[in-house]
Amino acid sequence: MGVGIRTHELRKVFTTPPPLAAAGARFAGGGGGGLFKKKKDAKPNPNIVALDGVSLEVAPGEIFGLLGPNGAGKSTTVGILTTRVRPTSGEAYIGPYDAWKQQVDAKRLIGVVQQRPNLDFSLTAREILLFHAAYYGISGAERHERANRLLDQFQLTPRADDMTRGFSGGMMQRLSVARALMHDPQVLFLDEPSTGLDPQTRLLLWGIVREYNESGKTILLTTHNMEEADTMCHRVAIVDHGKVIALGTPAELKASIPGGYLVQLKLSAVPESLIEKLKSLSGVTEVRATGNSVDIYAGRGGSLIGEVAAAAAENSADLHDVHIAEPSLENLFLHHTGRSLRQ
Amino acid sequence: MNWTTFRALFARDLHVARRNLLTTILQTMLQPLLFVFVFGQVMTRSGMMPTSYRGMLLPGIMAIAMTMTGMMGVAMPLLAEFQFTREIEDRLLAPIRSEWLAVEKMVAGAIQALISGAIVALPARLLLGSDLGLSTEHLGLFATIAVLVAIFAAAGGMTLGCSVGQTQIGLIFSLVLAPMIMFGCAYYPWASLASFPILQKLVLINPLVYASEGLRGTLAPQYPHISPTIIIAVLVVVDAILIVTGLNRFQSKAVS
Ligand SMILES: Nc1ncnc2c1ncn2[C@@H]1O[C@H](COP(=O)(O)OP(=O)(O)O)[C@@H](O)[C@H]1O
Ligand SMILES: [Mg+2]
Repeated sequence: MGVGIRTHELRKVFTTPPPLAAAGARFAGGGGGGLFKKKKDAKPNPNIVALDGVSLEVAPGEIFGLLGPNGAGKSTTVGILTTRVRPTSGEAYIGPYDAWKQQVDAKRLIGVVQQRPNLDFSLTAREILLFHAAYYGISGAERHERANRLLDQFQLTPRADDMTRGFSGGMMQRLSVARALMHDPQVLFLDEPSTGLDPQTRLLLWGIVREYNESGKTILLTTHNMEEADTMCHRVAIVDHGKVIALGTPAELKASIPGGYLVQLKLSAVPESLIEKLKSLSGVTEVRATGNSVDIYAGRGGSLIGEVAAAAAENSADLHDVHIAEPSLENLFLHHTGRSLRQ
Repeated sequence: MNWTTFRALFARDLHVARRNLLTTILQTMLQPLLFVFVFGQVMTRSGMMPTSYRGMLLPGIMAIAMTMTGMMGVAMPLLAEFQFTREIEDRLLAPIRSEWLAVEKMVAGAIQALISGAIVALPARLLLGSDLGLSTEHLGLFATIAVLVAIFAAAGGMTLGCSVGQTQIGLIFSLVLAPMIMFGCAYYPWASLASFPILQKLVLINPLVYASEGLRGTLAPQYPHISPTIIIAVLVVVDAILIVTGLNRFQSKAVS
């Protein structure tokens, strides 16, 4: 039982600019416009490399996370696996089925919550669930029973018979997840499911996802929130610029950061002698200086501060700010890319 | 192909169409009916038009109602559903090849077109009177042409809805559909364009001409009309082209 996911050397090159909605931010503006505008300001077709050889293997029954900043290629990976994006090259499998060549078989196995709510605005919340189940051939009585249960579980019963156009973002998101669960899919895709959810709803969602996973279902979750990846996922792939840059359990990944702890300093000046001194402190594995900031990767955190302050004073540099970060996926990302996930 | 899913997709469209029934009827029926009243009643009773004009008018009005209802019935929802809210996404994920979703939409649109042709015929007949001199001799041919017109409307709507943006649809209406209706031979037989030889050739690229002439030629054959055989041949070709184009456009919108 259980269905896994596999991709092999997936590449995707977009040759049209992203729609305004896909918040890629690299190509702003340019949508809409009149009929005759096209020719005049025709730009050469862009070549956006969204995925650059992504190979993943997700075991049946696993909660697998794709962690990466905006534009990393998470949604494109999900898009290919869910038959919505045509891969430029490479293969994607849902269980035994090729997601592109055996679309119908693949679609039968998956439930998808896309990044942006895409509810059917012509229907009420309940109708959205009922019609969704009907597409999968679930019988009438069973449909109603499941819809009632999910509406209740996601606290949507009071609004069940309203049109969804006026729903808040959080409600739409909950309904999208409920819809994806209606046909009891073997593999559940959640593309940044908790963006825009209040903390309480996020906990509700995490609980439901865990419970669903415990019934043997495979879950692929994308996020740019390392806390979510850390607490929810059995394994995590960190992606950036369409490539997997690290892969493992959250614990393994965190252990792979040199030192584990990250101590960030801001100083009035960073003389070379200070850097040498910091490098020589016990437990320090790596020191990176950029301008007046210094990042120290070390095996200990708080106990280092006294020695750091002394070293700064010795080299007549004023210490303006000290921040200690415990071992985290955020630090790992920073270590690999020199950028923060949050930006 | 999976009938259960196809039926469920169809049921969804039927459900939504029923919910929007009144607005749909007003949107597509009002204009032809007003036209029937003004030209069929005001103009003929005041003697500015011969009363025989009324029998000529009915098939043309049906052609317009069918074409507009089918086209708009497919194009407008598609435009909204493919917008950035991507309402159609859930149906694209349904366990059926996504081309079948396009086929389903065209079938639904064609049925809507046929219904609107029937609906508009009733009040139009009441407004125009019963002495229209309509013939029931060619009902088989009439039905065939009506079905081909309905398919033309639905496939045209699919092509249109997947080719233009929401911001352009208003422009399309005034720039394409208005002349298409006026030069669609709905309000006059094609033969009456004889005194404008260039225009008479030019309007032949307008599929609505074949719709009007075909329905008129089988329902009111006493007026001059293009031969139904030619009509059917042209409509079959037009339908085939629009179906293929519509499906292609749909696929390129559905998959990125
Ligand atoms: N439909 C599209 N057309 C063109 N470019 C796209 C499209 N969707 C995404 N992109 C681009 O591909 C890259 C990866 O995007 P995406 O997979 O959405 O990243 P993520 O989900 O990790 O934020 C971005 O540069 C984005 O602009
Ligand atoms: Mg994304």
